[in-house]
Amino acid sequence: MRRYLAGRLGQAVAVLWAAYTVSFLVLDLLPGDPVSAMAAGGLDQAAIEPAQIEALRREYGFDQPILVQYLNYLGRAVRGDFGNSVATGRPVTSTLADALPYTLQLTAAALVLAVVLGGAVALYATYTAHRWLRQLLMSLPSLGVSLPTFWIGLMLVQLLSFRLRLLPAFGNEGAASLILPAVTLAVPTGAMLAQLLAKSLLTTLDEPYVQTARAKGAGRTRVHLRHALRNAALPAFTMAGILVGNLMAGSVVVETVFSRNGVGRETVSAVTVQDIPVVQGVIVFGASTFVLANLAVDLIYPLLDPRIVVAAAQQRSTG
Amino acid sequence: MSMPSGPAAMPENLLEISDLAVSYRSRSGVVRAVDGVDLTVRAGEIVAVVGESGSGKSTTAHAVIGLLPGSGQIDAGRIRFGGRDLAGVSERELRLVRGAQIGLIPQDPTVSLNPVQRIGDQVAEVLRVHGLADRRSAPLDAVDLLEQAGLPDPAVRARQYPHELSGGMRQRVLIAVAIAAKPKLIIADEPTSALDVTVQRLILDHIQSLTEAHDTAVLLVTHDLGIAADRAQRIVVMSRGRVVEAGPARQILDQPSHPYTRQLLRSAPSLAVARPTAPPRPAPGRAAADRPLVTVENLAKEFPLPRVAGAAARSVRAVHDVSFSINRGETFALVGESGSGKSTTARLVLRLVEPDAGRIVFDGKEITRARGEELRRLRRRAQLIYQNPYASLDPRFSIGEVITEPLRVFRVGDRASRRARARELVERVALPASVLDRRPAELSGGQRQRVAIARALALSPDLVVCDEPVSALDVSVQAQVLELLAELQAATGVAYLFISHDLAVVRQIAHRVAVMQAGRIVEIGATGELFDRPNHAYTRDLLAAIPGGRYA
Repeated sequence: MRRYLAGRLGQAVAVLWAAYTVSFLVLDLLPGDPVSAMAAGGLDQAAIEPAQIEALRREYGFDQPILVQYLNYLGRAVRGDFGNSVATGRPVTSTLADALPYTLQLTAAALVLAVVLGGAVALYATYTAHRWLRQLLMSLPSLGVSLPTFWIGLMLVQLLSFRLRLLPAFGNEGAASLILPAVTLAVPTGAMLAQLLAKSLLTTLDEPYVQTARAKGAGRTRVHLRHALRNAALPAFTMAGILVGNLMAGSVVVETVFSRNGVGRETVSAVTVQDIPVVQGVIVFGASTFVLANLAVDLIYPLLDPRIVVAAAQQRSTG
Repeated sequence: MSMPSGPAAMPENLLEISDLAVSYRSRSGVVRAVDGVDLTVRAGEIVAVVGESGSGKSTTAHAVIGLLPGSGQIDAGRIRFGGRDLAGVSERELRLVRGAQIGLIPQDPTVSLNPVQRIGDQVAEVLRVHGLADRRSAPLDAVDLLEQAGLPDPAVRARQYPHELSGGMRQRVLIAVAIAAKPKLIIADEPTSALDVTVQRLILDHIQSLTEAHDTAVLLVTHDLGIAADRAQRIVVMSRGRVVEAGPARQILDQPSHPYTRQLLRSAPSLAVARPTAPPRPAPGRAAADRPLVTVENLAKEFPLPRVAGAAARSVRAVHDVSFSINRGETFALVGESGSGKSTTARLVLRLVEPDAGRIVFDGKEITRARGEELRRLRRRAQLIYQNPYASLDPRFSIGEVITEPLRVFRVGDRASRRARARELVERVALPASVLDRRPAELSGGQRQRVAIARALALSPDLVVCDEPVSALDVSVQAQVLELLAELQAATGVAYLFISHDLAVVRQIAHRVAVMQAGRIVEIGATGELFDRPNHAYTRDLLAAIPGGRYA
């Protein structure tokens, strides 16, 4: 187990390093640098002296060769220092730390909604004896997956905020302001989960062991929840890492649409003004979340599926 | 079991199926699977329903407990059980019958237990569902039941998961589930067809003694007339959804009145063994005087076992010190149970697996370490027929492409001559030339295996390895394919290395037999001699396990 864990942590570090390096190279390929963006008056509308520009370039290290820049930044990033935002001058880490709670609230609420709604749709669609209801429920997930997040957000705002005046349309004050963004963010994720779980449930319900359970005289609910769902949830659970990634990506759009503070909105503004240190910080943060979510899935999986311990041992002896 | 010892009064019918009709709805329309079936089971009696796949025997059995797969539904008829018509009652009422009054032993134990639930919980569930035990007593009762079902260390097994148990042990768990509530009737749907013969016999013995002890009736669904002959008091023969013949077991076996029953009896390999009527075969012949086609000496192969935390690396000896030879034009059979190393041996001979030690000589040339061109020449002269004809043909190829693929790979002939060769081969395996343009999915299992045989013969090989070539086929089709293999051998002089767990099949086709157990050959000899005078205890066990023996 310890060796397995060490191996997985090693992989996680490699993924983070790769994400950092690739993003560094891509950002370097972009024309111009933040200092020229500032000089063009993009930030505070005031022109800057050429000598000042040179001084700023030196300060941020943009005058050095790319490899030296890379090693410098990487060295500091390893110690948790992603530099200062070009736009605000504040450290990247504290910029993100300030934004993080809002995003966490949003994604956590969306995740709970997605699991509850998606799971309910999948369970009921495969449980109901009414053909029309089954078909209706089964078509919901593909609809949810195909609707763009911003459109869902705008429609909800139109209806619930402007027409019915039930919920605030934007901002991040109070729990009420969380509802619309969380629902918007939960729709595509929940739909994806429902699709996967419903398909997995249908396959599982055809398994011989489900017939064994029915032959014991177990009721439909018992068969559905105890036998089918326990098994069908396993493939869906492996998707959890990807779902978390989805939510992160979705938060960029949702926070913009609803003008909420958060990591997503920081990302958008950083990209617009080419605030490279912040963009890099966001990328490493996103990659870490993704890696941690997947690591958690891998560690929890053997607890849910007793067969997996053996498989892991086999992999190690052959690999 | 002998004939029922003539009860004084005729016992009452426990289950009475009359005029049952079941159909499945598919995209292409409604298919009648069972039509006008009558069947009765008396208390404490074993009734066997025999037929080939598609005969409707499983459908009939599942209709009784309302567990028809997918779109199946009962169209007409009555299923009287315990004073009620089960065809007409609600799902809720059926649930009270299932498990409590009628138990089910399913077909394939390896997939019939919930993989993420402990064994004990799965047995206890029957008792809990029917309120026969409470939360505290159910686990203890489950251990008791597992012990009754003949599972060693029941208390330990109860805490294990299905994947930690062998197929035979899992079937015992399912037996424990079926008998848990002391039902009056047990439906056993091909309860042993997925198991090794020796395990098969133990399981059937156990089902029989348990049901006798509790006076439980059994509806035994099987494709194997030998099993029916051994176990049942009455036999019902089904074909294409109808009952063609029914009556006391003796009568069906001794004086079959329907031609289909007679055909089933003729083709049942196990019964053919019971009666010494194996068809005459060409003797090993002059070829024996020449040097053998294949000689294998002291072959060995180990596979590493999955490492267990803390323990040192271990390995399993799949093949250990195996020596034999195969003559030209001869059929040499390797028999043994799963895990005995017979398939590994064949794969070593074909050089699909690298041997750890030993020598393989093919037609006078040592090929133990052959590589490159030399290995390619071997591939051309030694071909393989797989067990599962449903998986071994590329579904996107036409049959013509399947058969000519070896010719294309070895650049034999041109387009026209390959096409001609394919026509010739198809004719040889007794298929119409029209199949050449069809796809594998359009053919039946027997037809597909004929295609696989034609493909194996395309390059006129000297040796064909047949890995359980008929075990996925129905008995009557089995007999035809075996005949075909024998005919082709007589015509072309090809040698077969024939791998099978089924001694009855081996007796029909092989000239010489080697019995494998735990990676070693324990006995080797001419077929007739080995079957009549087995020397090794294990061979005797295997022979005794062949169903149909008690009938002879």
